[in-house]
Amino acid sequence: MARKILVLGEARDGNLRNVSFEAIGAAKLAADGGEVVGVLVGESIQTLGNEFIQYGADRVVTVEDAKLAQYTSDGYAQAVLAVIAAENPEGIIFGHTALGKDLAPRIASKLNSGLISDVTSIEEAGGNLVFTRPIYSGKAFEKKIVIDGVIFATIRPNNIEPLAKDESRTGDVSSLHVEIKDLRAIIQDVVRKATDGVDLSEAKVVIAGGRGVKSAEGFKPLKELAQVLGGAVGASRGACDADYCDYSLQIGQTGKVVTPDLYIACGISGAIQHLAGMSNSKVIVAINKDPEANIFKVADYGIVGDLFEVVPLLIEECKKLKINS
Amino acid sequence: MNIYVLLKRTFDTEEKITLANGKINDDGAEFIINPYDEYAVEEAIQVRDTHGGVVTVVSVGNELAEKQLRTALAMGADKAVLINIEEDVEYGDQFTTAKIISEYLKDKDPDLMIAGNVAIDGGTGQVGPRVAELLSIPYITTITQLKINGKNVSVTRDVEGDAEIIETTLPLLVTAQQGLNEPRYPSLPGIMKAKKKPFEELELDDLELVEDDVAAKTKTIEIFLPPKKEAGKVLSGDLNEQVKALVQLLRSEAKVI
Repeated sequence: MARKILVLGEARDGNLRNVSFEAIGAAKLAADGGEVVGVLVGESIQTLGNEFIQYGADRVVTVEDAKLAQYTSDGYAQAVLAVIAAENPEGIIFGHTALGKDLAPRIASKLNSGLISDVTSIEEAGGNLVFTRPIYSGKAFEKKIVIDGVIFATIRPNNIEPLAKDESRTGDVSSLHVEIKDLRAIIQDVVRKATDGVDLSEAKVVIAGGRGVKSAEGFKPLKELAQVLGGAVGASRGACDADYCDYSLQIGQTGKVVTPDLYIACGISGAIQHLAGMSNSKVIVAINKDPEANIFKVADYGIVGDLFEVVPLLIEECKKLKINS
Repeated sequence: MNIYVLLKRTFDTEEKITLANGKINDDGAEFIINPYDEYAVEEAIQVRDTHGGVVTVVSVGNELAEKQLRTALAMGADKAVLINIEEDVEYGDQFTTAKIISEYLKDKDPDLMIAGNVAIDGGTGQVGPRVAELLSIPYITTITQLKINGKNVSVTRDVEGDAEIIETTLPLLVTAQQGLNEPRYPSLPGIMKAKKKPFEELELDDLELVEDDVAAKTKTIEIFLPPKKEAGKVLSGDLNEQVKALVQLLRSEAKVI
């Protein structure tokens, strides 16, 4: 059944995030031949419209206003609801990012609709669009359908394939004027703490440290390895509780759930609460001194050894590989 | 100040998940206050201790949630409300829960509502923002700091590792992120006192709702466990050789670097 699907694109540092292209991929599945309309909201985002189309959107609607320069749920909700009212779509897809998690429930509530959050796959079955999503932080999964109202889902980064970029694709990029009312919450300041812009939940490679890292200083080699592989650094609850790093890096049932292509666990024992946050990663490497550590039970490859010896060697080998290729 | 905490009873984080008849098997499982809601309870108590007022903890669920509500009372909350939907709602979703809570709160004049940013079971993070929207009150999710000065509020929000400093006003709903505070353990006198604190149990009737008003918008059609991960290769030999072998395997076998 062909459906018209709206996709909210999300920019970070002036570029569309990868999850927005994945959302287009998801929308194509959901649209089943119907139209995929990209939505871009911001102060000056007209220029991103063409790229959105090259990744598969049929056309793009933008809403621009100085009040939308930074994300606020107040401002964005007004803009996105106006586009929804104008387009009347059968489905809506956002990325399950900080923005998507914050905004989607509000829009769903306003539309009096359901919302299927944190979706990892979409399929058409028995006349229904079926969404699969993790529950209990990935210890189990559920399949959900919408039984009343518009189809609305947020998709988890790194799980649904984006379409290949097609630079010959063209489409209409139009702007919708929306009168943005005063915002009730004002962002005074943003303190950048995240390193080099690779977001943990979107990263293709995650290098995570546990209690075995022993200190904040001990995360240095992990950060270097992450840099060499273009990945992000994460941590176990043990490392966060011991103050080796910020809680925003925590991976586990409390903390973030990640599904990168490659997860390298350094000095992490593998408590069940940590495994819940990472065991659905595509390839897992464990580095631990204790051969009995639980983490080896979920690892594809394991090295029994001191991370402070293994990680520097790994950095060297990966650097060589980069030079050779 | 009139403070409300939205609390959910969840599986303990250390529990393994198994299925029975296609459903999550809760036989013999340990239940706790959702860890993010524990931060919410702690923050509410701290706000009350600084600014005065009353902390009411609200949960939607069945009679078993009384235990977690009593724990919140033992930590220092003043009142608890259990909205028991076991008899009335066969299948609910986040719309259902948010609708029920907002109907309960609509005539309570809350100044501040605090929820966890996500429950570790369903993991949607929808109910807090939905409740705020239904009450037409602003909300800020994943906060790590809350400062209140009269009606003015300054909040620090965790956004994928960055921190946003946001100014807003009461009434407000916030959702708690890890790092907001260090939840206290209930003290023995606290546990004794909790037994005598006001505990109200309500059903849909008491909120002038019928099942149709809160009917779910989505439905779960299947629950399954992820395929069991086979333990992989533990490499051997000289460390140098192991690392070389690992990089080769990641390159040519796993194709991830």
